[in-house]
Amino acid sequence: MRVSTEWLSDYISLEGVTAEELASRITSAGIEIDIIENRNQGVSKVVVGYVKSKEKHPDADKLNVCIVDAGQEEDLQIVCGAKNVDAGQKVPVALVGAKLPGGLDIKKAKLRGVLSQGMICSAKELGMNDKLLPKELQEGILVLPEDTEIGRPIVEVLGLNDQVLELDLTPNRSDCLSMVGAAYEVSAILGRELTLPQPEKNLEETGNPASDRIAVRIDAPEQCSHYAARYIAGVTIGPSPLWMQNRLMAAGIRPINNIVDITNYVMLEYGQPLHAFDADRLTDGAIHVRLAEAGEKMVTLDGQERRLEPHMLVIASGGKPAALAGVMGGLDSEVTDATVNIFLESAKFDGGTVRKTSRQLGLRSEASSRFEKEVDPAAVIPALNRAAELMAEYAGGAVHQGIVEAGDAKAEAKVLKLSLEKLNRYLGTQLSLLEVKTIFSRLHFPCGDADTGLLDVEVPTRRGDIQLDVDLIEEVARLYGYDNIPTTAIEGPTTPGALTKAQAVRRSLRKLLTHGGFQEVLGYSFIHPQQAEAFTGLNPAAKAVKLAMPMSEDRGVLRTSLLPQLLDVAVYNSNRKQPDLALFEIGNLFHTDEDVLTRQPEESPVLGLLLSGRKGTKQWNTQPEKVDFFDLKGALESILSYLGIDADQVSYEANQPKSFHPGRSASVYVGTGERKQLLGILGQIHPTIQQELDLEDTYAAEIRLEPLYELANSRVQYRELPRFPGMERDLAIVVDEAIEAAALIRVIREHAGELLQNVRVFDVFTGSKLGEGKKSVAISLTYRHQERTLTDEEVAAVTEKAVLALEQTFGAELRK
Amino acid sequence: MKEKLEALKQAALSELQGVSDPQQLNDLRVKYLGKKGALTEILRGMGQLSADERPVIGQVANDVRGAIEQVITEKQEAFRAKETEERLRAEKIDVTLPGRKLTQGAIHPLSKVIQDIEDIFIGMGYRVAEGPEVETDYFNFEALNLPKNHPARDMQDSFYLTEDLLMRTQTSPVQARTMLAMAGEAPVKIICPGRVFRRDDDDATHSFQFHQIEGLVIGENIRMSDLKGTLLQFVQEMFGDNTRIRLRPSFFPFTEPSAEVDVSCVRCGGSGCRVCKHTGWLEILGCGMVHPKVLEMGGYDPQKYSGFAFGMGVERIAMLKYGVDDIRHFFNNDMSFLNQFARI
Repeated sequence: MRVSTEWLSDYISLEGVTAEELASRITSAGIEIDIIENRNQGVSKVVVGYVKSKEKHPDADKLNVCIVDAGQEEDLQIVCGAKNVDAGQKVPVALVGAKLPGGLDIKKAKLRGVLSQGMICSAKELGMNDKLLPKELQEGILVLPEDTEIGRPIVEVLGLNDQVLELDLTPNRSDCLSMVGAAYEVSAILGRELTLPQPEKNLEETGNPASDRIAVRIDAPEQCSHYAARYIAGVTIGPSPLWMQNRLMAAGIRPINNIVDITNYVMLEYGQPLHAFDADRLTDGAIHVRLAEAGEKMVTLDGQERRLEPHMLVIASGGKPAALAGVMGGLDSEVTDATVNIFLESAKFDGGTVRKTSRQLGLRSEASSRFEKEVDPAAVIPALNRAAELMAEYAGGAVHQGIVEAGDAKAEAKVLKLSLEKLNRYLGTQLSLLEVKTIFSRLHFPCGDADTGLLDVEVPTRRGDIQLDVDLIEEVARLYGYDNIPTTAIEGPTTPGALTKAQAVRRSLRKLLTHGGFQEVLGYSFIHPQQAEAFTGLNPAAKAVKLAMPMSEDRGVLRTSLLPQLLDVAVYNSNRKQPDLALFEIGNLFHTDEDVLTRQPEESPVLGLLLSGRKGTKQWNTQPEKVDFFDLKGALESILSYLGIDADQVSYEANQPKSFHPGRSASVYVGTGERKQLLGILGQIHPTIQQELDLEDTYAAEIRLEPLYELANSRVQYRELPRFPGMERDLAIVVDEAIEAAALIRVIREHAGELLQNVRVFDVFTGSKLGEGKKSVAISLTYRHQERTLTDEEVAAVTEKAVLALEQTFGAELRK
Repeated sequence: MKEKLEALKQAALSELQGVSDPQQLNDLRVKYLGKKGALTEILRGMGQLSADERPVIGQVANDVRGAIEQVITEKQEAFRAKETEERLRAEKIDVTLPGRKLTQGAIHPLSKVIQDIEDIFIGMGYRVAEGPEVETDYFNFEALNLPKNHPARDMQDSFYLTEDLLMRTQTSPVQARTMLAMAGEAPVKIICPGRVFRRDDDDATHSFQFHQIEGLVIGENIRMSDLKGTLLQFVQEMFGDNTRIRLRPSFFPFTEPSAEVDVSCVRCGGSGCRVCKHTGWLEILGCGMVHPKVLEMGGYDPQKYSGFAFGMGVERIAMLKYGVDDIRHFFNNDMSFLNQFARI
């Protein structure tokens, strides 16, 4: 809402308060003002002049030489290039020494040899926004009304001595979508008296009853609780008075003609939108307020044919819609230059209905935005009267007697009870009854004592946002000043603060991974549907969740995997010469098993890991190696061990999650037997995808966090340090290449007995010497007894058993 | 024999004088003192000596051996010292060449800010609560006093999945869920960090995905002055002891009274600079007393309980704290941006 301080002063004295001070006080009372616009953009020494004569310039076709009476000692000779300049006009004249917006200084000059003592100005040259000017004033010099006083400073004539406050209104303060509402607010803040317009007193009616000409019926009472109209006969369409045009422009509205301007002016004044129909162009004077019929059509003021729907409210005449209630009038009943009689509407339309219609048709206007926020039911009649008063005065109309109306204004103020004790307890203040009553009187909320310490506060209908006692407490608090509320500590029982186990696990992961060289990244929760299809590793059966209206195809579904975006990050950085990456992200994946979503999708927290390029940085003494599967797996093993999850609870199975290298990927499980569950997937990204993305060898993993939350165990139990030396035996065996290391280790563990403490693979190789399809695996076995030193013989005996088992199970051969 | 020994000594010492490398020294040791060396050769004749002469000659022989050994030892040490010196000279390095660093990643700056804020509030007795990112219309709006068609819903255009499900536009639904989960038990003291989503075109200060931290306290006598006290303590721990706050009345459907909170500028301290647009203040928080309807829907009797709530944008705080000028950096994940946060 743009509030002209010049206009505001009609209702409340702003003496001694600068616009800046006012803005700052309004802001600290709750309505933010970021912008104060000075309507005078730098105009000085520009006055009204009268063009006495116009002659062609002797040496220039397009220039005229005008003699202008600008109220100076002598008439001025001014050379003017505007096409529309003519003798007999009143125009703005920039005198010698004048300043114009944009830093233009007016000097005495010779134009093509002819002396020019000033400049005749266009509206644009005076710094006015030409979008807000009536069309006929957008081109050429500004022609002023004939009765404008010669010599008067133009800033006065055009109301440029005005500063406009831009109120950034929160949705609850629609009461300040009007000048009167703003005046109430300023009055409460400054504690000054209000002088409001009194149309009931000023309006003069003729003897003819309006009801002879018009009738009103509401068929949709839920959508329209009150509809009031007046009949104004014999108007003359013309421009509205300059002061009114100035105020409309200050508010950001373009003047059109006196009738339309008056409806807009009163809307700005009272916050009540009005509509003027050409009464003679309505099919008949009997108005029905009703819902549209299916398939009904009408042409709105903008010339568009609109197909109406049954939830839309229309103002119908003679069975045809003449206006879309609260949204836009119809072309057929528009006020034109030929209009003589006016049907003037003022009504309370339901906010939701207007909102739905205006949204659906993409028609949002000053009127609809006010109806949407519910107009003040008590303003319907005063606004109607005020507009009628102005139409009589500025359009020569005869206001027929009486208001024709239907429905009920329900404009009664409600009374709320407020306990002083509660107010102080709620705010932590110690305000007295008198202080509180003073604030309400400044707000113009009448109040009396209902009981000791209990106030009866009457809330005017313009403040529809105030429903409960806490709303009144806020009114008191904001006018008392939030800064004056003390600062205290919470009283009462203390509570222990803590992270949940899940939160603590995530923090541990971040700590471990960053210290291990991984960089945390954050991706978007939305991905391309094709990405969701390509990466389904953790939950191949589930479906991706679609956004109803995505901002782009790229962000069309909720992510089903962290990998697409980890890869995006890899590509982004690799394109910026940062190809060596160790990344992780912790985030939620979304899955559903429904084709049409009816409940919240499953959200599962996941850790994503990505390694690409090389480990470390190449420098004078380091040749970093390429990352491989075992760097990734090692990271995972470190995580599990750090979280206290025993390695024997974890198993890896070479399978082929989608979009991974078929021979270099696996699923990892935790738990055994019935408690075995999928923990995650890991492996090399499929080489085709790597190639498409132009990435070096890239390895990635996705690990479900829920099993980790469950199994993480921070308990440490000390084990006695070994007192006797261990004994190591190394085995080198040749087996089929397909046989997995884990299987060899399992068989060794099963057969080497209790002395065996640790089994470690320390070398694997293949080669022609070993034979086709064979590999050599070197394994180190560590034996130990807690109570004594082992003998070579007993170690040899158990090792022999293990070797035998390997031979029998896998056909392994011991290399000598 | 004595003369022979003396001659041997002289010969050995004179030969040792000219020794120039350890190998030669070793050869001489063998030559004179070895099992088949010259001294042993001479001492073999000891048997022919009389019992009187033997101890005397023995003594002389020991002296000769001692003298030769001493010289050999001295020579050996000299060689060793020289060798060490040469080795050390050869091993000299350029200490100005760069070292091999520990590989060190960083947590994302937004995670870092969230953890810092969590820690401050945990220290003040808060628990950290979480909720789903896909919310029902009820929890995202209605339970927060934003019924369907409420004009305040205009404030945030949302990503809907269905008519009833949407990406949460705020972390406030976690408040509503926590209240129900607490089943009327008090006091409640939680903060809720998380991702939220609003239909906004991305630019330097807007992102359709961002993070919020919401706080909620419910108890039997919670006052607006407690809210001020809590926020002051928070901003001083977060931005420094001299930070001040300013509350301005505002509007949120789920609080009444409501306020916007400004902190004194974290860059200039309030004297005015580019960051605070020369106002000295930065808007960082929205807050207020929990609306009675919200308490009621959460299962708390507004006659008995009151509470306050606050919410802040994590990106905004991170931008202020680290001087980041474009919100998009947080989601571009450029390593040269993220690496900057690898420090305590």
